[in-house]
Amino acid sequence: MFEISPAEWTAILLSLRVAIIATLVATPFGIALAWLLARREFWGKSVLDAVVHLPLVLPPVVTGYLLLLTFGRRGLVGAWLADNVGIVFAFRWTGAALACGIMSFPLLVRPIRLSIEAVDRRLEQAAGTLGAAPWQVFATVTLPLALPGVLAGMVLGFAKAIGEFGATITFVSNIPGETQTISSAIYSLIQTPDGDAAAGRLVLISIVIAMGALIASEWFARRATKRLHGN
Amino acid sequence: MLRVDVTKQLGEFSLEASFESQGRVTGLFGASGAGKTSLINMIAGLLRPDRGIIALDEETLDDASAGVHVPPHRRRIGYVFQDARLLPHLDVRQNLDYGRRMNRLAADPAQLTRITDLLDIGHLLDRRPGKLSGGERQRVALGRALLSKPRLLLLDEPLGSLDEGRKEEILPYLVRLRDEGIPMVYVSHDAAELRQLATQIVMLKRGRVTALGGVKVLT
Repeated sequence: MFEISPAEWTAILLSLRVAIIATLVATPFGIALAWLLARREFWGKSVLDAVVHLPLVLPPVVTGYLLLLTFGRRGLVGAWLADNVGIVFAFRWTGAALACGIMSFPLLVRPIRLSIEAVDRRLEQAAGTLGAAPWQVFATVTLPLALPGVLAGMVLGFAKAIGEFGATITFVSNIPGETQTISSAIYSLIQTPDGDAAAGRLVLISIVIAMGALIASEWFARRATKRLHGN
Repeated sequence: MLRVDVTKQLGEFSLEASFESQGRVTGLFGASGAGKTSLINMIAGLLRPDRGIIALDEETLDDASAGVHVPPHRRRIGYVFQDARLLPHLDVRQNLDYGRRMNRLAADPAQLTRITDLLDIGHLLDRRPGKLSGGERQRVALGRALLSKPRLLLLDEPLGSLDEGRKEEILPYLVRLRDEGIPMVYVSHDAAELRQLATQIVMLKRGRVTALGGVKVLT
């Protein structure tokens, strides 16, 4: 039962690649946005907050379709990127990474925002009186103290990205070796006669990955509390 | 010389203070709620006055009518908070070194040794703030502010969070500091403390300066 076929390996490795790239690229944006939401008051903040959370509440197929309209070959951004930068998202693994990155973004941002909010602003003030410019305060006080939250956000985002299905299949379809992730492979397998065993293996693997991510996230959260109490 | 002439509205509370100080240790004296902390927060640049001027030596730090507001990190004014505010993720050595690193000053091991000796914190260098007593924390905060080489040192009730025994422990260090010659603004509601330390007194009551002068005004 537990012989993983080359085709299944391809899907697993592709899923890992897509989710890792999506998480790594999304993280700097996530930190910047979390900091804005946690520390700044500006016009349109609640709208921005809502937009960030949109992928969480929209039907994934809607998000995927919007991505297709925007980043597809004929999409406004997609056509420009293809002509000027040479990055193509449509029906490529890069498109899967984009879809996963956007779908997992709310889950990535939330723990980072909470941990930045939990950083004592009086410590940031103290750093300022010692000569630290605002960006130095961020780099040497805010970010290190929020780091466990950043890692927790990355783990959660990664777990969401690796399980993403609806937006990905809508945007970049289900092409083995290019855009077929674990989720879309399972989807194909359960529609195939005799696909049950293979589907079962992939299901098991995704459970293991998701559990691992949740446990890791929990561990980071506990470290965050300890760190903020100065032990 | 420190020159302060500011007004600030904070909710229901209005602060209107004007004084000049040539003294080595300016004691800001008043009951809690008199506006002492708001006033030194303005000197530190953490709070922006609504109107008025703050100037240190020849430099204007705040001039509301001209739109001047030097941010805290460019003032070179050290601040010892009542609650120490050591950075919990750094050990004592890194806390002491923080100001020097942020200002990109060259390492000065002799000065570090001198300050750690002065404050008797040499044996604490490898500890985290979470493992220090209240008095130790306050001494490290003092050392940290001093090592950032400030032009002026602000102390906001540095003994306020300590019990009597601990106060007796810190006071001699503060006297030593005064004799080092760094100008200080020392906030306290304890007249006895100020009599020991201050060379000039600014008395605050409900947001207004009610008396100025030598330590005699405390009686």
